[in-house]
Amino acid sequence: MSHNFQKDISGCGLIGIINKDRTRISGSFVTKSLCLMRDRGNGLGAGYAAYGVYPKYKDLYAFHIMYDEPSAQRDTEEYLKKNYYIEKKEPMPTAPVEGIKIHPILYRYFVKPLSEKAERESAELEDDDFVVKTVMKINSEIDGAYVFSSGKDMAVFKGVGMPGEIARFFRIDEYEGYIWTGHTRFPTNTPGWWGGAHPFTLLDWSIVHNGEISSYGINKRYLEMYGYKLTLLTDTEVVAYLFDLLVRRHGLDVLTACTALAAPFWKNVDTMHDEEKEAMTALRVIYGSALLNGPFSILFGHKNGLVGFNDRIKLRPLVAATKGKTVYMASEESAIREICPSPEKIWSPRAGEPVIVELES
Amino acid sequence: MLTIDAKGVYYRELNQKVREVVSKGEKEILLKNVNGQYYIGDGLQGDVKITIEGVPGNDLAAFMDGPTIIIKANAQDNIGNTMNSGKVVVHGNAGDVLGYGMRGGKLHIRGDVGYRVGIHMKGYKKQIPVIIAGGKAGDFFGEYMAGGVLILLNLDNRDDRHITGDYLGTGMHGGTIFIRGNVDKGLCGAEVSIHEPIKDDIAVLKGYLAEYCADFNLNLSDVMSGCFKKIIPTSLRPYGNLYAY
Repeated sequence: MSHNFQKDISGCGLIGIINKDRTRISGSFVTKSLCLMRDRGNGLGAGYAAYGVYPKYKDLYAFHIMYDEPSAQRDTEEYLKKNYYIEKKEPMPTAPVEGIKIHPILYRYFVKPLSEKAERESAELEDDDFVVKTVMKINSEIDGAYVFSSGKDMAVFKGVGMPGEIARFFRIDEYEGYIWTGHTRFPTNTPGWWGGAHPFTLLDWSIVHNGEISSYGINKRYLEMYGYKLTLLTDTEVVAYLFDLLVRRHGLDVLTACTALAAPFWKNVDTMHDEEKEAMTALRVIYGSALLNGPFSILFGHKNGLVGFNDRIKLRPLVAATKGKTVYMASEESAIREICPSPEKIWSPRAGEPVIVELES
Repeated sequence: MLTIDAKGVYYRELNQKVREVVSKGEKEILLKNVNGQYYIGDGLQGDVKITIEGVPGNDLAAFMDGPTIIIKANAQDNIGNTMNSGKVVVHGNAGDVLGYGMRGGKLHIRGDVGYRVGIHMKGYKKQIPVIIAGGKAGDFFGEYMAGGVLILLNLDNRDDRHITGDYLGTGMHGGTIFIRGNVDKGLCGAEVSIHEPIKDDIAVLKGYLAEYCADFNLNLSDVMSGCFKKIIPTSLRPYGNLYAY
């Protein structure tokens, strides 16, 4: 037996940047940081989410859709035309990259649901709910079509490749945003495919994740009761939809939602004073099926901010830093120092305690 | 002293270079502009001293056997995995899972340390691994510890956190933990008990801390003036009967 093998270290890499004063920065920063952690991934998935990148179309939903074949595109566009006003349709701008020889057909659409609600399906739904329904419908009913970005003034770029390759392919450095997240993937127990790369999104919620959601089965069944369709073959998908359910539909604030997803252990609940104990017990009981179990560090981007949080016993790394109006979060301190050599403050958030950063109004 | 500029150098080339100069007999190396390179000093033998400027990457000093590594900044995760001898000195904070299965040598950290420090650390006769941290620690300090010494000093008390996190010494069945300050029984694993150090313990502590204080230019009597608690396992085989009743 030969012991002369090269060990690959496993563990995805995350990076998030938020400029609280909404200063837009090029995607080249997030790419540079992510590329430092290239050994955290293995080339089977990388991606970026950016907020503030489509100011010209900021009132329209920006759909990024990947198609396995032209028939999927035809069927999808037929549905979109019936239900949406389409301001603009174009192929995703891409550049040839040697490492990316095969890729799906990639299009983007700036759209809004038809204002005459009677003209479209599900006329009773508000726009956001209708967009969620559209995403679920396309992903689950049109073979080979997947919506990978559906928010306003935000965009996701992702695929199979190393972080530098995916950045060059989607010409990330040409976009400017005030919140950026990035992910390099090391798939462990689900397939490495274009739709399985992070970030996972719905509306303007985006998730990048390092770890495993061991509670995927429970979370999936719970989400299905609310009409979500889990089609992307990867555990992280549940986190994006859970935030949509808890924050947008149930109206929880971000801290409460994070507390429901990474709830304190019962032994810690027992030591709380009465009021807190009652609230925490209620949260754990109501959202028992939303609890995320297993090892994770997660960055959660949304139109108003960026959140970083860990599982309750910190089985995955997360480092945060500040400099002026900018907050950074990453899997490794060196990834932050690569683009911010002298942060004012740098720390490792504690298990289960989210770092919540909001844009200034 | 030999200086190597690590700026933008991939870890594989950097570590190859270090190994090459060490094999040629270099005794003192300065690595400048390090940022995130993994595996520095892994499996390295001899009495070489490596000083690092910048934040080195994960898995530093794994299986290291002899060298001294001095890090002037913070360090990341997984330092000293199964390290056999030598020393790592970190002037800032260090991350999670330090000294995993460590079997000899020393880790001296000036600041805070993360989660699972000293996990599965072991000792035998003269092989006594020692980890000393000057700040606070995260959860699972000394988890499954089987030997060696962990010392946590809380010298600066910069925030209102407990000195250790939860699950202190969970599954511990050998070795000794010293904490400079009070220990909440509620944070301890079921397998350990808290004691006042006896005279011999103080002598042992003083020996380890003299070297630690010299590394960071601290005053030994100030450090010794704190009130220490000793944490040891209540049983060497806590689960000896688990499958044999």
